[in-house]
Amino acid sequence: MLSVRVAEQDFSADVENSALLECTEGVGALANFIGVVRQSGQANPLKEMWLEHYPGMTEHTLQNLLERAAGRWPVLAARVHHRVGALQPGEQIVYVGVAAAHRQAAFDACSFIMDFLKTEAPFWKKEIFADGLEQWVAARDNDRKALGKWAK
Amino acid sequence: MSDSLITIRFFASLREQLGRPAMELASEHLPDSATVAELIAVIVERIGPQADALNGADVQCAVNQQIVSHAESIRAGDEVAFFPPVTGG
Repeated sequence: MLSVRVAEQDFSADVENSALLECTEGVGALANFIGVVRQSGQANPLKEMWLEHYPGMTEHTLQNLLERAAGRWPVLAARVHHRVGALQPGEQIVYVGVAAAHRQAAFDACSFIMDFLKTEAPFWKKEIFADGLEQWVAARDNDRKALGKWAK
Repeated sequence: MSDSLITIRFFASLREQLGRPAMELASEHLPDSATVAELIAVIVERIGPQADALNGADVQCAVNQQIVSHAESIRAGDEVAFFPPVTGG
């Protein structure tokens, strides 16, 4: 059972995790990742994060990522909820949950999904600072390099 | 009728630099089996030098929501999108 949701609305990790547990038998491990809007810049604090996406392509890309993870590890269920629109510092951005029989598959699949989400899913972040400065977040080389560990 | 149109979408910093989220182009304004690179040249002619941003080395292109290279051919009815490297998560 693979589920993808892209929405302005917030998520509850408890609700998402319950959904993972309900739809499958044999679950012995559940791994989560939750991304949060980081507060940064003492002199000029972040006021808001704006999340833009490419409707349609984003959902297809995420679904494809979950399928690739499920093809590589014995995943029993996986869910992604990614938020878009205006987010405040400290708010949740993304939830990834993976259920498997054993922990290593759950950890690895969760990490794989996040690494590829960061480099393939068409989302873009813009930071809006307290003094009014607006700036698109630049892609990080380290996010690209992280994919190396998944090369077979 | 709408099949002869190519829909072009711009996201994030490119949407701002080009001053629009999307545009349409009748396929007869493109050479037969035009590539993404040739499409960019036509867009620059249409909307001016700010569209040179599409030639940036890190600009990605998707045709019908699949990432492609600038050598890919465009067909009537296609949806073409240009965007900077992604930064979600």
